[in-house]
Amino acid sequence: MTVFIILALVAIITALGMLISRNAVYSALFLVLNFATVAVFYLLLGAPFIAITQVTVYAGAIMVLFLFVIMLLGTDELEDTDNLTWQRPLAIGLAVVLVVEGIYLMLSQNTLGFITTPSEDLGSPQAIGDMLFSKYLLPFEATSILLLVAMVGAIVLTVKNKKGEQS
Amino acid sequence: MNAVPVNYYIILSAILFTIGALGVLIRRNALVIFMSIELMLNAANLALVAFSSANAQLDGQIFVFFIMTVAAAEVAVGLALIVAVFRTKKSIDVDQINVLKG
Amino acid sequence: MNLSETVNTGYFFGLVPLLVFFPIAGMLFNMIFGGKMSEKAIGTVASAASGLTFVVAVLLAYSLSATHGELHQVFLAEWIHIGELQLDWTFRVDTLSVVMMLVVSGVGTLIHIYAIGYMHEDVRFKDDVRRFRRFFVFLNLFIAMMMILVSGDSYLMLFVGWEGVGLCSFLLIGFWYDFNILGQKSTENAEAGKKAFIANRVGDFGFLLAMFTTFWHFGSLQFDAVFESASHHPDPVVISAITLFMLIGVTGKSAQVPLYVWLPDAMAGPTPVSALIHAATMVTAGVYLVVRSAPLYNLVHSTSYIVAMIGAVTALFAATIAVGQYDIKKVLAYSTISQLGFMVAAVGMGAYVAGIFHLATHAFFKALLFLSAGSIILGMERGHHHLAHGHGDHDDADAHHDEEVFDPGDMRNMGNLRKQMPVTFWLYMAGTLALAGIFPFAGFWSKDEILLDAKLHAEHYPGVYWLLAAAAFLTAFYMGRQIWMVFFGKERTEVAKHAQESPPVMTVPLMVLAFLAVFGGALNLPGSHALTHWLEHTIEGVHAGEFDFMVAGVSTVLALIAIGISWLLYGKNPLKAGQIDPLKKPLGFVFTGMENKWFVDEGYGAVIIRPFEKLAKFLSIDLDWNFWHDWFHNEVVYAGFQGLAKFLADPVDMGIINAIADWLAEITKRSSEKLSSLQNGFVRSYALSVLVGVVMILGYLLLK
Repeated sequence: MTVFIILALVAIITALGMLISRNAVYSALFLVLNFATVAVFYLLLGAPFIAITQVTVYAGAIMVLFLFVIMLLGTDELEDTDNLTWQRPLAIGLAVVLVVEGIYLMLSQNTLGFITTPSEDLGSPQAIGDMLFSKYLLPFEATSILLLVAMVGAIVLTVKNKKGEQS
Repeated sequence: MNAVPVNYYIILSAILFTIGALGVLIRRNALVIFMSIELMLNAANLALVAFSSANAQLDGQIFVFFIMTVAAAEVAVGLALIVAVFRTKKSIDVDQINVLKG
Repeated sequence: MNLSETVNTGYFFGLVPLLVFFPIAGMLFNMIFGGKMSEKAIGTVASAASGLTFVVAVLLAYSLSATHGELHQVFLAEWIHIGELQLDWTFRVDTLSVVMMLVVSGVGTLIHIYAIGYMHEDVRFKDDVRRFRRFFVFLNLFIAMMMILVSGDSYLMLFVGWEGVGLCSFLLIGFWYDFNILGQKSTENAEAGKKAFIANRVGDFGFLLAMFTTFWHFGSLQFDAVFESASHHPDPVVISAITLFMLIGVTGKSAQVPLYVWLPDAMAGPTPVSALIHAATMVTAGVYLVVRSAPLYNLVHSTSYIVAMIGAVTALFAATIAVGQYDIKKVLAYSTISQLGFMVAAVGMGAYVAGIFHLATHAFFKALLFLSAGSIILGMERGHHHLAHGHGDHDDADAHHDEEVFDPGDMRNMGNLRKQMPVTFWLYMAGTLALAGIFPFAGFWSKDEILLDAKLHAEHYPGVYWLLAAAAFLTAFYMGRQIWMVFFGKERTEVAKHAQESPPVMTVPLMVLAFLAVFGGALNLPGSHALTHWLEHTIEGVHAGEFDFMVAGVSTVLALIAIGISWLLYGKNPLKAGQIDPLKKPLGFVFTGMENKWFVDEGYGAVIIRPFEKLAKFLSIDLDWNFWHDWFHNEVVYAGFQGLAKFLADPVDMGIINAIADWLAEITKRSSEKLSSLQNGFVRSYALSVLVGVVMILGYLLLK
């Protein structure tokens, strides 16, 4: 329980840090930290494969991609011209209400179950692999196409614009 | 390591999700908004894994796996879009991209 | 068509539809292919169609005599089946209709053949094959319609033919709608056609009323059904109404007083038409109708008497007019009316056989007379043509002038044609003697039978005999007058000296008709009474009359006296060119009346047509234009409508409806202006609104 609370605090603080940081690079780094915390949660929840994937895909690939883009564009900070002044307080107020609603919802009900000591083989790579290639084979293949399309799309978007810029 | 109610995980997930949503709402930097979206996805993943663990069902984790895949694809396309927009607008401030209005 | 039946029974009743379809086929053939055919071919096709019809009629007559004159009905097609009204196209073959078929198709065929020669020579015919074709198309159509008329098994089917022949009559009277009899440009023939059509409409209206009443009272139009219910429940009032209405139709179609006026004008048609339609066949349809409706007329004596009186009066009245006419065809036209009067008087008195007998013989000798008259007119034309060319060499203008005024049909232009046209002379003599009722010609027997009946029934039909006898006397007189004027004496014009005989295509049919005119009396000679026995099968209660030497002697003597008087007046001292009629002096204003047709046309003009025109003018100018159009439409409707429109336009439309629309538009505009600021283009604020929704929905779920 204590571990959970400490980790939860770390996750919330890093998330807020991402939110508050003026510099996009800092935001990215806070987010990496947050993802790492979540990965620890996955381990606690008995999902080692997902935890590892979280670290490699999110913290590794995606965030590196983010940092590359930040550095590529060189706009880690924006000038301070907010033309939606009323948006920020309203958004914060609504967010607080939403969180309160969520907490009230969760605490007002009986517990939905407990996370006890996780069984070793529930989230094991072998079990996930079995399931992916049997029950979820078709969605799995669909994701491969999705990734291919995304790759092609990303390339087309950037290449085309490069051309347009030159001409 | 004693038992933690799933409800707490859900609350944590909700808080993280709200922070992500708040990031979308109050930040103008398109990259940060993107990061916030990633955060929201992660919050959802966390809830899924928590339920999966609580119910001893693997399907939730499979879903998380798929969500990660979609997130990766989304980031690839999204960042490409941001780069493309930056080339024309010389800015990644989403408030600059307000041509579509009444 | 129904050939198998023919083969099975050995009789030819199944062929009866061919009576209609042969002429129709000939007509269609000429209509479709006639454009590329020669005149002779067109005429041959039409004559063949008519001739085949005659053959069918003969076969039917044979079959009928072999089956003892029993009625045969041949169903062809369903026609009208509405509620109580069950009408089919059924052919009725009985002795009466067969007699009519034989007369119509027989005389019709001869006239078809004659017309081939006649139409070619008409001055107005300018080698226009299309016109030639049209003439024969009309003639064939007429035969078909006449066949429908006489073979119909119901009043309505009869009416179809009745109207059909009326249409053909109209078309053929106005055949030369663009030239008058003298070959000049004129529309008088077309007007004559119109007159015939309108006069017939009046009669047809009566016939229609008769049919309506029949159907209303008896619930059927089929002959047998009507007669049967009429005999079971004789209602004198209704039957009188039906028969009187029918009589109006008869006076129209058969040219009786008072609707006869169209027939003399109908002579505007080509002479074969005058012979076929306006002497031999169509005008006898009224007589046929009365004979066909004999069971109805037998039930009401008063109507029969009216019919007989109308016939007798017509006979005498028309005969007096015929005395005063100079046009050869006009004399014959009034003679036709007079003879139709004899027939109508006969059928009115219940002497149906005598009527039909006279109908048949009249068809023979009157067709003969008309066609001979046509031959005379053409002969005069030829002489005129000859002269015009002779003169044309040195005095063109004079010849041209002469051409315009010369009337080939005027008897005052003729004289001594016996020398130039001997064949026609003898043929004409045969017709004349038959018409005058000289023994032993056909007319003697038939007219004598009518007079005999009139004499026998004198107590039931008082006056009829005397009227008819006087008419017979005048008949002989005007025919004698005509003969003396046309064929004897001196030629009164140069043209008459050069008149030429007609070709065989015209004279041969005339010879056949002359034969019939001479020996047609054999149909119903006293002693044999073949026609009476033949018609007995169809018409109830006819019986052969006894030959009465008294009646026959009186009428013969009268006829001879009349011819003698006419010889004294016209033969002994032949009319000189330009001399006025010798009757004019002794008779004075009476002759003037005869000459001018007793001013009946003028009287109708004054009593009916001019008031009618005045009324029409009043209705059109004063009522319709001035009152209805100018006042009511302009003042009331137009102004009222304008006022209403103004009211609707200004206060209602602009003030209320438009204001509402404007107001709605304004509201929409303003609210959209306000609302459009919501779409500010900032993605983040859109997202915020989504969040607002999420929070609210979640809150609602929680608080529920």
